[in-house]
Amino acid sequence: MSQQEMLNQIGLGTVEELFGDIPQEVRLSRDLNLPVALSEFELLNHTQNLSRKNLNLNDHTCFLGAGAYDHFIPSAVDALLSRQEFYTAYTPYQPEISQGMLQAIFEFQTMICELTGMDIANASMYDGASALAEAMLLACQSQKRQEVLVARTVHPESREVLKTYAKFRGLTVREVGYLDGQLNIQELKETVTSDTAAIIVQNPNFFGTMESLGEIGEIAHNNKALFIVSADPISLGILKSPGELGADIVVGEGQSLGNPLNFGGPYLGFFAVKEKLLRKIPGRIVGETKDKNGNRSFTLTIQTREQHIRREKATSNICSNQALNALAATIYLTLLGKQGLKEVALLSLQKSHYAFEQLTSHDNFSPVFSSPFFKEFVIQSVVSPQELNRKLLDHKIIGGYPLEQTYPELTNGWLVAVTEKRTKEEIDSFVLKAGGQ
Amino acid sequence: MKINKDLKYTGSHEWVRLEGNIAFIGITDYAQSHLGTIVFVELPEVGEEISKGAPMAVVESVKAASDVYTPLSGTVTAINEELMDDPEQINSDPYESWFVSLELSDSTELESLIDAEGYQRLSEQEE
Amino acid sequence: MKQQPLIFELTKTERQGFSLPTCDVPTKSIEQLVPEAYIRINPPELPEVSEPDAVRHFTQLSQRNYGLDSGFYPLGSCTMKYNPKVNEVIARMDGFQNIHPYQAEDTVQGCLELMYGLDTMLSEISGMARFSLQPAAGAHGELAGLMIIKAYHEQRGENRTKIIVPDSAHGTNPASAAMVGFDVIEVKSNSRGGMDLTSLRESMNEDIAGLMLTNPNTLGLFDENITEIAKIVHDAGGLLYYDGANANAIMGITRPGDMGFDVVHLNLHKTFGTPHGGGGPGSGPVGVREDLVRFLPKPVVEYEEGRYYLDYDRPLSVGRVKAFYGNFSVLVKAYSYIRSKGPDGLRQVSENAVLNANYLLNSLKDMFVLPYDRTCMHECVFSGIKQLVKGVSVLDIAKRLLDYGYHPPTMYFPLIVQEALMMEPTETESKETLDEFIKTLGIIMQEIETNPELVKSAPHNTVVARLDEVAAARHPKVRWRRSL
Repeated sequence: MSQQEMLNQIGLGTVEELFGDIPQEVRLSRDLNLPVALSEFELLNHTQNLSRKNLNLNDHTCFLGAGAYDHFIPSAVDALLSRQEFYTAYTPYQPEISQGMLQAIFEFQTMICELTGMDIANASMYDGASALAEAMLLACQSQKRQEVLVARTVHPESREVLKTYAKFRGLTVREVGYLDGQLNIQELKETVTSDTAAIIVQNPNFFGTMESLGEIGEIAHNNKALFIVSADPISLGILKSPGELGADIVVGEGQSLGNPLNFGGPYLGFFAVKEKLLRKIPGRIVGETKDKNGNRSFTLTIQTREQHIRREKATSNICSNQALNALAATIYLTLLGKQGLKEVALLSLQKSHYAFEQLTSHDNFSPVFSSPFFKEFVIQSVVSPQELNRKLLDHKIIGGYPLEQTYPELTNGWLVAVTEKRTKEEIDSFVLKAGGQ
Repeated sequence: MKINKDLKYTGSHEWVRLEGNIAFIGITDYAQSHLGTIVFVELPEVGEEISKGAPMAVVESVKAASDVYTPLSGTVTAINEELMDDPEQINSDPYESWFVSLELSDSTELESLIDAEGYQRLSEQEE
Repeated sequence: MKQQPLIFELTKTERQGFSLPTCDVPTKSIEQLVPEAYIRINPPELPEVSEPDAVRHFTQLSQRNYGLDSGFYPLGSCTMKYNPKVNEVIARMDGFQNIHPYQAEDTVQGCLELMYGLDTMLSEISGMARFSLQPAAGAHGELAGLMIIKAYHEQRGENRTKIIVPDSAHGTNPASAAMVGFDVIEVKSNSRGGMDLTSLRESMNEDIAGLMLTNPNTLGLFDENITEIAKIVHDAGGLLYYDGANANAIMGITRPGDMGFDVVHLNLHKTFGTPHGGGGPGSGPVGVREDLVRFLPKPVVEYEEGRYYLDYDRPLSVGRVKAFYGNFSVLVKAYSYIRSKGPDGLRQVSENAVLNANYLLNSLKDMFVLPYDRTCMHECVFSGIKQLVKGVSVLDIAKRLLDYGYHPPTMYFPLIVQEALMMEPTETESKETLDEFIKTLGIIMQEIETNPELVKSAPHNTVVARLDEVAAARHPKVRWRRSL
């Protein structure tokens, strides 16, 4: 057999001799204690059984959002992602044989710029939360300040990630409270100082409510701080772009753009800035150039920011990002196009408002905020949302997010998301079952 | 390799031109040729105080980035903004491509600079 | 092949590639629902194409890309092994793919069981106590691991501010250390390509929080002094970090935990066969020894009385590094990979990976300069200085390999080898594939003698020729704009 043949050719007798450099005292003298190998057929059975221990959204109607959304994904997305040339390839370091991925990322960068109203976007980050943390690091570095202000209306997990990244860098994250579901502007004005590197908000925020971006951006700029907005990309089909409203950095969670929920990942973060910050941003960037025959071509560029060149002085340590998820977003946005994205946004807007009205017309539910919202809203329930959700599960409905776990002051608060996938019939049934009849 | 007789030099391949108490600082022909085609320069801000030995600028080629260290302490009085638009002139004309001008805060530091002859010897050794 | 226009250039006004249901709920005007100041007036300039146009466009793009199924991919330090198709099928099962991360724990027991099982298996393979599956990539795992090291020292009331990395380290090591506020001390390698013990001893003091090491290192060499290194670091109160980007050589043979490492990250998209996705998603779980478990990012999956749950009550945790729990579908593929191999299979993976690398090393060592002539592990590093004398760089050789249908090896890394050419064949390649590759390199060597220009101007058969990277960096054009 070829193994022995190969050993002979390199002048060795046994495989064991290949490992002569590994001292005996650190060698594993037993077999790994792992389950025995499964054949392909057995593996499929085993994992199928495991997957059936979960309740999935194909069999259930989903009104749960809170940062991950059940939007429709056109079939062409996965068909194209499944092409091995894309999904098995490495990072496009060899541009001559990677033009496909490079061009797709260039298209992705353009689409993100268009959505956010910014000049420059990178090739993606791990997710929305880590993108926000990197935006904070950029702001502190660029403004040479040590503190950021973040609205409490920003996703609780994003704020946790901000605090993790900040604490190890000696940065301070201060939270600013909310009023009627929006960032409390008065409190913001009282909290901002000359050491504030950035003001960070999310739009629509965690409660689904729209923030007064223009006003907040002005406060940031009056204090020579950067204005960082984490945006829901679907909402940008109908909402004014953060770029038009003064944002210096726009990041966000891109899962909604053609990526399945996958129990929380892989998703993608997007990261976009105004021109002046180009050299300071983390992550890969694809640029257009020409090959030596004058043909348009694409390559990774401005790489001197990155870890493999700048090492400890790099803008970030990120290298692998979420290229395939960014490709999914690119294909999704291509299929939906200008009109489709707007329609998805409008359908979500209309359906969530219908659901809100139906629920709040019921005695068991009352509105919590009066501020405008997009596809998600907060209501207060008479019974605990956990209990409601358990009951709804019997009817194959996945209910909203119980807010008390992260906002203790919102007693029996329930965060309900309604995407374009929910039909009137599903919404009516949800309201009926949630109402207890 | 070109060396300008009228300038002072450092062992880390910067040149200095003195006009009274103002020093113009750039990088030498040797430095630019080792960096390759320069695509980007980052300069300090006017008014910034920098002290001897600290990084004052960054020059970048496609696959490398190098700090440029100031050999003298002082306050930045001007930066050469032309370099930002056309960094390649550092390659084509390194001794005209000053990065910053400094108002010196400690003229005794000038003693640590080397003359053209000394620099010539030093860079030949490194070749 | 002609150039493929940008998708924006294929746009025809009001062409559509989607079909959405009509609105079946009573509607209001948008002005009634959204304050006027927030309503978008300038729509984003997205493409307007039909579904067949879109599919054809991205198919065209895919044909301008080179995947693992296209051919041999001996990219050093990247472990480009075959990605089993069954794992793609499994990750797309409804019960994995269509699960919301905030569903009640009772409804996601299968996900949690899989994660718990993967944690247990990775712990066994690496000899650690527990893993966090949260980090999204290797560098992210490093970041979390260094946070753990910092938290450990702080909890002991020590202020250690520096991290040692060898000069052969991956660029992510110093970059990650800087991200968590450590200063980086670089230590040189010795003449055998390993850690220089004298330099290490001299560098260790009460400021040093730890040493980041890759073993086998980026030269593909196993550091024989590993127990001594661990002792030096531990005696001085530091921790030892294992960069597991290069773990494909050690499964079932040795374990970082047994070598004395305290914190480990593993790249599931390298060693455990999950696809690279053209640059991600990856997954970089971070594992620790028993007394560091309390510092792991939260939440961690726990098991009690027949039920899996997410444990958030971890007061000493470094915190969260990512939303939710990790790149779950990548975890599914890695879990499936390990289950399909079993203990014997994983050991065979490492044996064959090392055998293949040594076969390449042996077959090519007369062709190139071999800076460290030792038995290698999963990869081997050559120097192309002989060829450089003839005016041909390793970049040229790499580009010429493209013409012959190969993905070239890693070039110019590690930094300590001049004209480095780093090859990692992985275990999934046959002897015949390796022989063919060796033969091709031989042909290129001939070309360098007889027609060096052919090599220096390569590639000739790709959709584009060599690119003007200077122009790209000098005048960055990083997005399309509608020309007016």
